[in-house]
Amino acid sequence: MRTNPKTPTLLLGITLIVSVFMIAPIGLSVLAGLLNNYSTGIKSGLTTRWLMEVLDVYGSTVGWSLMLGLLCVLGNLLIGVPCAYALARSPSRAARLFEELLTLPVAVPGLATALALILTYGHMRDFRQSFAFILVGHMVFTLPFMVRTVSSAFQRHELLAIDEAARTLGASFIQRFIGVLVPAVLPAIVAGSLMVFTLSVGEFNLTWMLHTPLTRTLPVGLADSYASMRIEIGSAYTLVFLLVILTVLWGLQAIGQLIEKHHGT
Amino acid sequence: MSRVLSLCAAPAVAFFAAFWLLPVVQLLVLPSKKGWGTYFAVLTNSRYLQSLVNTVSLSLVVTLLTLLLGAMVGIVLGRQAFRGRQLLLSLLTLPLSFPGVIIGFFIILLGGRQGLVADLTDWAGFGRSTFAYGLTGLFLGYLYFSLPRAIATYTAAASAMDAQLEEAARSLGASRWAVARDVWLPELAPTTIACGAIIFATSMGAFGTAFTLASKFEVLPITIYNEFTNYANFALAASLSITLGLITWLVLFVTRHFTEAKSGVTLAGV
Repeated sequence: MRTNPKTPTLLLGITLIVSVFMIAPIGLSVLAGLLNNYSTGIKSGLTTRWLMEVLDVYGSTVGWSLMLGLLCVLGNLLIGVPCAYALARSPSRAARLFEELLTLPVAVPGLATALALILTYGHMRDFRQSFAFILVGHMVFTLPFMVRTVSSAFQRHELLAIDEAARTLGASFIQRFIGVLVPAVLPAIVAGSLMVFTLSVGEFNLTWMLHTPLTRTLPVGLADSYASMRIEIGSAYTLVFLLVILTVLWGLQAIGQLIEKHHGT
Repeated sequence: MSRVLSLCAAPAVAFFAAFWLLPVVQLLVLPSKKGWGTYFAVLTNSRYLQSLVNTVSLSLVVTLLTLLLGAMVGIVLGRQAFRGRQLLLSLLTLPLSFPGVIIGFFIILLGGRQGLVADLTDWAGFGRSTFAYGLTGLFLGYLYFSLPRAIATYTAAASAMDAQLEEAARSLGASRWAVARDVWLPELAPTTIACGAIIFATSMGAFGTAFTLASKFEVLPITIYNEFTNYANFALAASLSITLGLITWLVLFVTRHFTEAKSGVTLAGV
């Protein structure tokens, strides 16, 4: 990148306005979550009591959301990585068709997918009332992200040669897949997992339809608190979400960089 | 080898068939049980038609403004080196991971009855002004929701722009507007089409923001939600979901094939 001294003032001004519009609400919400009384303002003093109340009432939603995100990543790794390999290698028309179909849950609004799931499986009470129901929705929605990211990594030409070399040396498919192919696309797998995890933790459109009073995730709890609690609690809960998502993003990025370093690609 | 490949794909195919294809087929046939006319409910019932028109026009205007603002910010962030650039870019793209409900809440903090703008206008002597629960609030919420994606995409595209081309244009005496029109615009056109399609489709299906704002301006996802939960009108909810899904899928499908054919750009981000 090079410095361009001639960036017009108009563009700088617009950038400033957009930045304030994007960042001010985040700051406002963090502040509101820490104030004793929002309408009195900063004079009322700072407190952590709203945060404590949020953890008391909604604390479990944090754990469930992280758990769901983790299971969603694991599930998509198990079924998505082999599928990505198949789609990268198969020249068949069926593979192209499936690739196209797989992107539909992203192209179609989550509300439609959620309705379809409820219409089909809503009568199975145990399934409907468990977190597995939400997990299935999240997995369907995030599977294309995992498959597409990993599949394009599997398509690299040098990988074909390495695979071929291992095969002529007598390695079985399972040995090659776990010992050669998966390590070779590890950075893509990490990138896909990062995407799947953050999408799952922040998902609302599907989850609001699929949840029950006993199966609530972080975004579902947020919606509930905005509708029924005082503004300080909603803000404190938003602060909790921000802390969770920032920790997750930083943590996953650090893991990704660590793997990249050891991996050397 | 093809047997191994089939085995590799089998778990994902089975999962996808059971939890997306089969349910969606159920959704597709459900309206027919109430008569074929149910499929066209969005056209024959004036309330649903109004809701569709609201959603399409809101999404269109939001998409156009997002692209314009996103391109300007992206050009600055992609080409200008300054301290804190990376931090600013991270802050501006952080909302990509926010659920829509949070953005609705942000709009309430800005323009609600206890909002910042109400405090400011009150202090200035104009009385407490609120805009969160009407069209303005919904519009700003959708804009907030879409901007991070546009900024991220345009920043990447702008930093990859050919600087020599622009220099050549300048040294030949091109004005700023001429540079913007003849150099920036063509270079950013594929990004604009791809990104515009995603933003339009996302806005059409956005639910969380409108849900939190409980807006008086009704959009289709809210109509579908109300039909389903409040009136238990499953066939109608299904019919409206099909309409909505068809529109978003078509927009993405057409632009993807258009941009792929034109320049090899793929909607990898979808």
